[in-house]
Amino acid sequence: MEINNAHNPNGDINRLQVSLSGVVLQNPVIPASGCFGFGYGMSEFYDIDCLGSISFKGTTRDPRFGNPLPRVAECPSGMINSVGLQNPGIDAVIAEELPKMREKFHQPIIANISGFSIDEYVECCSKIDKEDQVAIIELNVSCPNVHGGGMSFGTCCESVAEVVREVKKVITKPLYVKLTPNVTDIVAIGSSAVEAGADGLCLINTLLGMRIDIKTRRPVIANRMGGFSGPAVFPVAVRMVNQVSKACGVPVIGCGGVSSAADVIEMMMAGATAVEVGAANLVNPYACKDIVDALPHEMDRLGINSLTEIIGIV
Amino acid sequence: MREYEIISNRRLTHKTWVMILGGDTAKITAPGQFVNIAIPGLYLRRPISICDYSHVRGEITLLYDVVGEGTREMSQMKAGTKLNILSGLGNGFSTSSIGSSPLLLGGGIGCAPLMALARTLRQQGKNPVAILGFNTAADSFGMERWFDQIGVEAYVATVDGSLGTKGFVTDVIREKKISGDHFYACGPMPMLKALCQRLEMPGEVSIESRMGCGFGACMCCSVETADGAKRICKDGPVFRKEELIWK
Repeated sequence: MEINNAHNPNGDINRLQVSLSGVVLQNPVIPASGCFGFGYGMSEFYDIDCLGSISFKGTTRDPRFGNPLPRVAECPSGMINSVGLQNPGIDAVIAEELPKMREKFHQPIIANISGFSIDEYVECCSKIDKEDQVAIIELNVSCPNVHGGGMSFGTCCESVAEVVREVKKVITKPLYVKLTPNVTDIVAIGSSAVEAGADGLCLINTLLGMRIDIKTRRPVIANRMGGFSGPAVFPVAVRMVNQVSKACGVPVIGCGGVSSAADVIEMMMAGATAVEVGAANLVNPYACKDIVDALPHEMDRLGINSLTEIIGIV
Repeated sequence: MREYEIISNRRLTHKTWVMILGGDTAKITAPGQFVNIAIPGLYLRRPISICDYSHVRGEITLLYDVVGEGTREMSQMKAGTKLNILSGLGNGFSTSSIGSSPLLLGGGIGCAPLMALARTLRQQGKNPVAILGFNTAADSFGMERWFDQIGVEAYVATVDGSLGTKGFVTDVIREKKISGDHFYACGPMPMLKALCQRLEMPGEVSIESRMGCGFGACMCCSVETADGAKRICKDGPVFRKEELIWK
């Protein structure tokens, strides 16, 4: 790999460039699925071509409206959401959303695919794999398996391995599995995914949480529980990225509470090759651009020449 | 995102406050839009509808009820405090293609966005009539006089009859035989439902919701409409009455 010698159009060494399974990103900053739609809406705020990639809104086979409102709750240093995978379905994503995304975004795209059965994952991945700009398929295995008693695919080594094996048969692009942290041993789950053929891992998805309105004595979220994210989960994410990246031997996309250039650097030192930014986009629509802009200065301050030199140094 | 400075922040009733902000108003393109305020110490921004604005003075007026943590924090803020605010969010009311006699119907804090709307309609030479509904006299803060000042006739109704007409805004319409060719409404959902179902004239209503981002990214405030799923923050908060599905 010649990552450290890569050049940008100005002739300067691109100190921010990273590579995920051969997919070269101009920088490691990626808006996380569900926090950025299909990107084009966010281009009202800034030119989204400055991003390394975008992981688009989790997509299922059929259109889904999602869960009843309220879907969101305030938390100390974070939030809980329970959107319920609202999306227009894989065919509408390919026919309507991706063309709009391509108008504004010319970098590699990460396709986040969700499913409630092996068949659904296979069908969606097979379809999205044929889209040119889609460079990586990111499998959300936090959904319940309707054929497996409703347990999440991502909480059991066997079911993760099965879905990875079946999806790998029908795709050509690198497959990254997005792991749920709501498990006893995330290293075991990650290892199962890699043994079954996953090219990389992305972690962590949200932590299951709950808030109660003590005046009404009811859960704040209509669906009772939801995914907890934001700066509060960052230390948990750093720990899990460190454990998994050391054990699994594949590139890891670090995700969970990242809000600043310093967080990106910390996550990369923990073992992440690229970093997804989620909740931060929702409270500061410029979050990812701010991070990209701040990275060179932060690297100078810390004596880092190229980001690739710090991946997994801790 | 821009920085705004609190010019004043004043208590109007036992629960309602008015905050005037100084800063850029350029993103505001229609009455009925909202701002999303970062509250120090809280994670999520708090969406508050724009009551009125002046491009000339660079001012935004917010009316808010203290109903929870965020608005309680807001009520403690002093003049001179700087706030990080996203402005001009949402679609706002459509004012150009309607008749000359619109009705402006507000319930409680839902009266807020009707102020800029009334001013816009007056500037277009239309003759709006405002009807403001409250639970009781103690909730009213003399907003009818704000409408008077810009030459808009305004009536008040209270559920307990302690001020104005006893009953709801629909009782004022009936009692005063007020006619209109278009209605705009903002207030509690049962009120909006009743208006959409009972008023024959075309209309549009502004609805509220807990929001995640306020600019269409997170899907935390989606509603199912006759035209499919819509985001209250981005595709709304104003919807034509035909769009809304009442259960």
